[in-house]
Amino acid sequence: MSPAILAENLHKSYGGQKVVDGISLSINKGECFGLLGPNGAGKTTTLRLLLGLSEPDSGTINLMGQAVPQHAREARVRVGVVPQMDNLDPDFTVAENLLVYGRYFGMQDKEIRARIPMLLEFANLTHKRDVKIPTLSGGMKRRLTLARALVHDPDVIFLDEPTTGLDPQARHLIWQRLRELIARGKTLLLTTHFMDEAERLCHRLAVLDHGRIIAQDTPPALIAQYIEPQVVEVFGEQAQAWAHAHAAHYTGRFEVSGETAFCYVTDAEPLLAHLKQQPGLRFLHRPANLEDVFLKLTGREMRE
Amino acid sequence: MKRHFLAPPRLSLRFFPIWRRHFLVWRKVAVTSVLGHLADPVIYLVGLGYGLGSLLPTMNGMSYMTFLAAGTVCYSTMNSASFEALYSSFARMHEQRTWEAILNTPVTLDDVVLAEILWAASKSLLSGTAVLLVVWLLGLSHSALSLWLIPLALLVGLCFAALGLIMTALAPSYDFFMYYFTLVITPMMLLCGVFFPVAQLPGFWQGVAAALPLTHAIDIARPLLRDEFPSGMLLHVAVLCSYAIAGMYLSLVLLRRRLSK
Repeated sequence: MSPAILAENLHKSYGGQKVVDGISLSINKGECFGLLGPNGAGKTTTLRLLLGLSEPDSGTINLMGQAVPQHAREARVRVGVVPQMDNLDPDFTVAENLLVYGRYFGMQDKEIRARIPMLLEFANLTHKRDVKIPTLSGGMKRRLTLARALVHDPDVIFLDEPTTGLDPQARHLIWQRLRELIARGKTLLLTTHFMDEAERLCHRLAVLDHGRIIAQDTPPALIAQYIEPQVVEVFGEQAQAWAHAHAAHYTGRFEVSGETAFCYVTDAEPLLAHLKQQPGLRFLHRPANLEDVFLKLTGREMRE
Repeated sequence: MKRHFLAPPRLSLRFFPIWRRHFLVWRKVAVTSVLGHLADPVIYLVGLGYGLGSLLPTMNGMSYMTFLAAGTVCYSTMNSASFEALYSSFARMHEQRTWEAILNTPVTLDDVVLAEILWAASKSLLSGTAVLLVVWLLGLSHSALSLWLIPLALLVGLCFAALGLIMTALAPSYDFFMYYFTLVITPMMLLCGVFFPVAQLPGFWQGVAAALPLTHAIDIARPLLRDEFPSGMLLHVAVLCSYAIAGMYLSLVLLRRRLSK
């Protein structure tokens, strides 16, 4: 089966700065693929290149069997997009937003109207059908944006940070809906900087930094490959002093960030026994997760 | 400037759903919009026409108000396309991100630009026709030839929509549009024969006026209202078409560059 999205050796610079620097991707049909990376890593630019909204300086793209950007228009017929920032039409009601958007795909009004009840139900917005956009909450707007991306029943859905700025309830509802789409066999490509989101949803991930893919695999494989299986976080005022004096004795690798020491270990027992004897310290023992991988690969310094 | 920015426009019927979107938004505010577009030109026409007109002798055999009528139809047409292509298009491009949403569908920027220009021209057609109705109701023209002002309004609308969209492509914010109105639109109103004949201007300024599109629009409209066939019609139409086509191409190139970032 040919991949849904195939990109080879993409490069894109803006004003001499390399934003995308040799990215290759192959995303299978029915797969949920995540692009992870700190701000400015090139995630959104990669999406724009794949959609044919921006021309790469070099490299080739195939989206649903169409060469992009040459045949981007034909390719986008089968793609739905949830952008990073809401761009719903504020002058229209919820239902009108869906109707007007469906027309851009060349759909007949009758065809769109037949799909609107189902789309509203999917977005939990049936009761808001005739309400104008400015009165919707952030979560409702996101759900409507997702429903709008599905108006033409696309095979591939691009989601650029779909849950940024949402509260936990709204986020969980979006995740539930995205899992339903995956179960229906849709191909999803999402960017995020929430590791729990990537870990829950994505079959495979690529970690981007400075326009390059620095790691790519399934979430468990990334954790197994890049990080020790156990993490003990030690915190409190004395954590830093403790770490410098003792951490190296109990752990192969540790990092101090502010008042927390992160100790990466294969066997946590000796460390935990030691920590129980230290009354001034608090600690948390947990399995390693994707965030540990991400921070190891991209570093802890701020990206702004 | 990259080569693909300079490619000729690829036009398609995909523009039509975008035009319909603008129309649907407008329909929600149609009454206030029409009254708003009509108020300004009618106040000028009636105010200056009666006030100033009573002090002036007839001009080439017509009353000052009749003279003013042709200019009023044309400048209100110019204004409505300009406002739409500047403020409203900028809002859709920048603030509301409407274009961004549309461009994620099988629609291209070329379609979006065509829809913006045709929509702004549609509003010109509407306001030009509305002012023409007032001109008829005031009895300032009884000519069947005056019906030709309706397609003329569309052409003038295309011309100023395309020129306005160039400014939109360059604008960092709404404040920028003030320059266009004070440095382009207002001087055109004064130089192109809306309020007084271009022949009253010093020679140099007559030359400038001859290069400006509004002059050619008024040169077509004024004889038509008097039931006369305009002389040099072909030249006037050619100038307006040239501004429209060149303006559309330039605005498209600039918008391709702006939105590729």
